[in-house]
Amino acid sequence: MHGQPRKAPKPEDEAASAAKAEKLRNLQSQFLCFHRNNIYSKEALEVNAKLLEINPEHYTAWNYRKLAVEHRLTQSESDPDSVNSILNEELKVVESALRQNFKSYGAWHHRKWVLSKGQSSLDHELRLLDRFQKADSRNFHAWNYRRFVASLLNISEVDELQYTTDMINKNFSNYSAWHNRSVLLSNLLKRKAQVFFPKEKVLNEEYELVHQALFTDPDDQSGWFYHLWLLEQTVKADAPLLVSSWPAHDSNLILLGDSCLEDSALSPFNTFHSELGTIPLVVYFNKAVEGVNSSTISVESVLNMKGELTWKPLSTNNSQTAQVWVTYLNYPDIKLHSSEFYPVEVSVGHSQGIISSNGFHYSHPSRFAFKVFVRPFEKDLAGHGVEMVSWREDNFLLYESHSQESNPILSLDQLNIKDDHEESSSKWRAETIANEIALFRELLSEINCKIGKLTLARLLIAHDMMMSPIANKVVHSEEVIELYSDLMMLDSPHSQYYKDERSLVLLQQITSNMESLLRYCFRHGDRTSSFLGNSICLRLNNLSLSRVGSVEKLLWVQMLDLSHNELRSIEGLEAMQLLSCLNLSNNKLSSFTALGPLRLLKSLKVLDIACNEIGSHSIDTTRYLCSSPLSHTEEIGWSHDEMVTGDVNLANYWEAFLIFKDLNLTQLDIVGNAIADEKFKSFLVKIVPTLKWLDGQQLQLH
Amino acid sequence: MSEDASSYPPIEPTNFDLIVVGTGLPKSVITAVASANGKTVLHLDPNSSYGSHYASLEHPFQITKFNIDLCGPRVLFCADKSIDLILKSGANQYIDFKSIDSSFVCDASGRLTNVPDSRAAIFKDKSLGLTEKNQLMRFFKLVQQHLGGGENENERISEQDLESPFVEFLKKMRLPPKIKSIILYAIAMADYDQDNVELCQDVLQTKDGIDRLALYNSSVGRFPNALGAFLYPIYGHGELPQAFCRRAAVKGCIHVLRMPMIALLMDKCTGHYKGVRLSSGQDLFSHQLILDPSSVVPLPLISSPTDSPRENRQILGLGDEKRKVARGICITRSSLRPDTSNFLVVYPPRSLYPEQVTSIRALQIGSDLAVCPSGMFVLYFCTLCHDANQGIKSLNAAMDSILTLPKSSHSESSTTVYSENSAEVKPTVLWKALYIQELTMDQFESINSTAMPDGNFNYNNILDAALKLFQKMYPDEELFPETVSPENPEDDNEFSVET
Repeated sequence: MHGQPRKAPKPEDEAASAAKAEKLRNLQSQFLCFHRNNIYSKEALEVNAKLLEINPEHYTAWNYRKLAVEHRLTQSESDPDSVNSILNEELKVVESALRQNFKSYGAWHHRKWVLSKGQSSLDHELRLLDRFQKADSRNFHAWNYRRFVASLLNISEVDELQYTTDMINKNFSNYSAWHNRSVLLSNLLKRKAQVFFPKEKVLNEEYELVHQALFTDPDDQSGWFYHLWLLEQTVKADAPLLVSSWPAHDSNLILLGDSCLEDSALSPFNTFHSELGTIPLVVYFNKAVEGVNSSTISVESVLNMKGELTWKPLSTNNSQTAQVWVTYLNYPDIKLHSSEFYPVEVSVGHSQGIISSNGFHYSHPSRFAFKVFVRPFEKDLAGHGVEMVSWREDNFLLYESHSQESNPILSLDQLNIKDDHEESSSKWRAETIANEIALFRELLSEINCKIGKLTLARLLIAHDMMMSPIANKVVHSEEVIELYSDLMMLDSPHSQYYKDERSLVLLQQITSNMESLLRYCFRHGDRTSSFLGNSICLRLNNLSLSRVGSVEKLLWVQMLDLSHNELRSIEGLEAMQLLSCLNLSNNKLSSFTALGPLRLLKSLKVLDIACNEIGSHSIDTTRYLCSSPLSHTEEIGWSHDEMVTGDVNLANYWEAFLIFKDLNLTQLDIVGNAIADEKFKSFLVKIVPTLKWLDGQQLQLH
Repeated sequence: MSEDASSYPPIEPTNFDLIVVGTGLPKSVITAVASANGKTVLHLDPNSSYGSHYASLEHPFQITKFNIDLCGPRVLFCADKSIDLILKSGANQYIDFKSIDSSFVCDASGRLTNVPDSRAAIFKDKSLGLTEKNQLMRFFKLVQQHLGGGENENERISEQDLESPFVEFLKKMRLPPKIKSIILYAIAMADYDQDNVELCQDVLQTKDGIDRLALYNSSVGRFPNALGAFLYPIYGHGELPQAFCRRAAVKGCIHVLRMPMIALLMDKCTGHYKGVRLSSGQDLFSHQLILDPSSVVPLPLISSPTDSPRENRQILGLGDEKRKVARGICITRSSLRPDTSNFLVVYPPRSLYPEQVTSIRALQIGSDLAVCPSGMFVLYFCTLCHDANQGIKSLNAAMDSILTLPKSSHSESSTTVYSENSAEVKPTVLWKALYIQELTMDQFESINSTAMPDGNFNYNNILDAALKLFQKMYPDEELFPETVSPENPEDDNEFSVET
């Protein structure tokens, strides 16, 4: 029950509880004795029942009862009367246990177990539920059980929905009721059941209902959670969509071989240098999908002479589901001095198989095309004339663009797929969100409410997301950033979350159009370095970012400066497959585990992680997410030699080993982290043989 | 009656601590309290049934059973002190209650709108806008925080505001007129038009308004079986005085019905009260006497300078005619609302006609409360007034807005008449009565009187006055000394609220 103050125990209460404990100890030792000897006699079951009546939390006792039931059922030789009486006895034991504690997991579970045998009458169950839901209408155990009983009894979802309405009318402060409502409606909407179609009509009514709760008592959070669910139902497209790709649609990609090339006519957004003889091809979906392979995505090009391409999910947890997938096009057979454009056409989803993690098929077959132009280069150049990359401020010059330059952002929008159904429902979506925004602005003009502000921020973001293909700018980002800044002060315990959200909005704002993006694009003064070539450095430094976002618009980036932010994680960065230089210095990265996404960046050469907090926290809170040496999720082809690298204890640097072993870094800055002592540095030199500079010091070539 | 009385055997003993004449609720409570404190009490009533002005009478024109309240419309708030008193006295053993389901505000066209009096009611309400819901709930919360002794400055209502008129405070809280009216008249139960400073005889101060809101708020949900804030006794209000009388009888009080008192006995030397002479001729003596406020007693034994009855009445000073209350009773064969049978309807001032200065309350009670045969409904109306005409006019206007009055007043027909612009059916009145009561109370030396049923919706003022009177008579005695405190929630379980 809620809202009942705890009272200090009186002396007589303490005496009573001591007596109870004594009784329990007694029963428990008796019970364990029976259990150990597999005795399922009447007497043994009575002892067990007494024990459970006093202490329904005794899991072993419930398990014993299950064994006893199985034992007795085999003995009863399916005589219906005795089967019935065995099972009824169980239901009685559960009931008396529930009387003691109606939130006992073990008791509810046991009841489900008995009823699942399908031999007991269910008539009594709804009455039992009514009693428990009257005693505490929010008891989620009862609600859980209700769903179970309702499905056994084939009670229609419409009736159950009405029940949630009744409960909400009695007291809308009821997470369980709202939650059950969302579960039932999801099913009804999915089935397109009568009266529950179209979805737009149903959701409008739900908005109407939840508004009553939100306005009546904005301090009660249960309604807000339901509203969040509604917003998700409104905004999200069920089917996965292709959001962006690299190379972008309609782009002319220029492959550069020559490091010294100076040709300002070439757009740096579309020039790319590869030493590997491959071009990455990246597809970016709006949600995690599986089933991306050569049959679901076809690539037609002379660059794909070998036929089948292997698609790899860019996922840090080794799962076969990911938002971003990559494959590599080879171009070894192209003549070196040819000056032709090679067209590449990619068709996504023309045959079924791409499925989102919540089970929706990719249903908008789409196509994008680009051309590849290979500039002559000399094969031997690689490895020569490479110098240390310096991130010094005076090395950067603001990039000035050319009018005819292709726009890597604009082209994304041409991928947005529209059909008639989408048309009408997107109009409804826009209206609904606009209506919600107006409502909550009104509410916030009345009161100061944290969750109201958060909801308004989310609505504004949703609005901008929906409008971005048309407006091509984010109208509300300033307001949203202000809301989140406000929330950070109002609600400091959750400030990290607000900071993360604010970072995402800021990045959306920056990447929303070419004009704003160009303000962050710089040329690196030192163009002698072969892998910098003609490319642009995107400098998102000093922005108080705590999270990385809008990566789908940054797939072209080869040099990225994220220094002097507040990053704790770089999740999402793994999609930037072209990245060769990355500055993460002066952030709040606290472990190598947080650098996990780097493992997927095969082109990365230069990495600066100086002045972070790696090694200064004795407990790495992200570590449990990391694969340990004993985990089977890692495919590590390590040799026995690697395990015994002299005096270095690999186990101490396991996380570092996982990050760096597959990277071909030539330059690494790690100074200013607690872990970066001489011992660690010598470990790094061993496991990264390509390394030429460590903390600004040129290494002796072996 | 006197024939009945003369056939009574003489009452033994003849000396009492207290003689009480009349069995109205305040007197019955005093009798119960005095008996519980070991006083010897004689409780007389000239009538053949208990309750005096607080009785529920059987309807004289019907064969089937009616229990018509004389003091209606009236309820008990679930959190009323009277409930605690019932529990403390043990009178709860003799009486069962049922919840009044809902409250409405009515306008001149007879349209009823729900009174959003709780969080759940505000949530469900269809007539309030979203912002209005927010404002109203916020106001309720402020009141709760204030009553809970809120720690922050903004969780308390300032002293200055507490001393200001409640209506001003509501304005200051930017509550829209519709909500203001609901709070003032349907929750705080203000009687006079609070917006009309000149005519308002009783300006509700913020602190009193807050107290009334607190009472209402703590009433909602006090008993699990009671949905709303109010309770109504099954078989009518006449059950209450009877329950207290039974309690008194258990403690040794002697009750004698059908026994008028014909004279007061005064000490010749001192002129002080000594006792009473009954219609049976017997003289009985007591230290204290409580009379009905409406009693007009011939005083043959007082050595007074004049014998004129007019003068006598002045001596006893029982007439305080400052206020009147107009009451009306209607019996119908259909409910005002199809979905519910027991509910309150409030007509705020000026809701029926511009000159309406007091609010009017109406209470519909159905047969499930055992006040009328099944399929029938009793409606009680009341309003405060200066003169009878004004009161009658108000009540008639209220009745007209929601009921159809048959042309012939004795019509038994139950034909339904459709109101002009809607398909809703106005119930037809089968029987109707209007009457005016004067509000009086006074006392004379050791002769006391208790109050006539007031114009309020509950008994709080009446019972407060009764208990005060008891404590004045017996300053050293406790009220129901031996019983458990009402804070103990287990007591509530013994309190019977039927579903």
